[in-house]
Amino acid sequence: MSSNIASPPNWQEEIFSILKGGGVRQVAYVPDAGHAHVIRRVHADPDMRGVVLTTEEEGVATVCGAWLGGERSALLMQSSGVGNCINMLSLIQNCRFPFFSLITMRGEWAEFNPWQAPMGKATQGALELMGITVLRANKPEEVAETVRAGFDAAFEGGEPVVVLLSQSLIGRKKWEHTK
Amino acid sequence: MRQATAVATIDRREFVSRLLAACPQALVITGLGSSSYDVFAAGDRPENFYLWGAMGGAAVVGLGLALAQPGRSVVVITGDGEQLMGLGSLSTIGAQQPANLSIVVLDNGHFGETGMQRSHTSLGTDLSAVARGCGIGNVVEIDEMGSVDSLVQVVNSRQGCTLAQVHIRAAELPRALPPRDGVYLKNRFRATLGFEPF
Repeated sequence: MSSNIASPPNWQEEIFSILKGGGVRQVAYVPDAGHAHVIRRVHADPDMRGVVLTTEEEGVATVCGAWLGGERSALLMQSSGVGNCINMLSLIQNCRFPFFSLITMRGEWAEFNPWQAPMGKATQGALELMGITVLRANKPEEVAETVRAGFDAAFEGGEPVVVLLSQSLIGRKKWEHTK
Repeated sequence: MRQATAVATIDRREFVSRLLAACPQALVITGLGSSSYDVFAAGDRPENFYLWGAMGGAAVVGLGLALAQPGRSVVVITGDGEQLMGLGSLSTIGAQQPANLSIVVLDNGHFGETGMQRSHTSLGTDLSAVARGCGIGNVVEIDEMGSVDSLVQVVNSRQGCTLAQVHIRAAELPRALPPRDGVYLKNRFRATLGFEPF
């Protein structure tokens, strides 16, 4: 992760630019290495507010509160957090709040930790069962276009949208192996 | 400090009614269950957003709203059961501390909507201590109806993020049912703040 701080991949800066350029004022998150650059940029920006969550469903609720108050807000999480959100997503559907979330995937590519697999495999299906539109970016050059499309569908069309960011984008997590 | 043996006497409907009558500018989020009925019974207004679900979410809806509307008082009115489902949200709010956010927990120590089973606040959890431990700057416990006036001042002054634990009598009151069409509630709330539908 420390190498990411030195030079984050360009797609991570592109995500921040889309959020910033789209007028997002609040970014709620449960951190992930794949979101680390965006989170740092948000906290460094005087016009944006980073809201760290204890669990992802809080973020579903707080982005709705932001919209009630006239602000655009986005939610960042890892795929394992999607399961935590399920009932809270009723709020999105019942009130037809615009909803935009970026989700870094685990459990699908060179995954070392099998405990990530069940929720990773169920992420897309669980979201779709709750009426959320799911887009996905697999390659760095797809990220900006996919995120922008999802962002516009959410805030111009009022649709609930997530963009899944493939685990292959983030790369292998470095584990310390002991013999 | 409140004695564990103290008998709660506050009537929830009267407390909420007096609070909101004195905070006419406040933006109000309600937690599902009896708190929504209390707020509706005090008088429906477009600045009320009633949750009929999303249990555990009321305080954090209030957080997003308070950050977006720093010039308005935001009041979350919820119950002990609803807040207990989102205890972590008190940490999240403690990390942000919007000065215009007041969370009012109507605590009867029971799940009133589902048959008056005892809740954790009558089984050992000290909600005010939890809120203080989460870093919420101003935590008050209220045992007497007369204290509503000091809470009114807190809400209207917007001087600090507050959690008020209001010890109410455990009583089942007639239901007063607010609108449950979420799109309607959302649109009229935003309209009163001057935001158009897209």
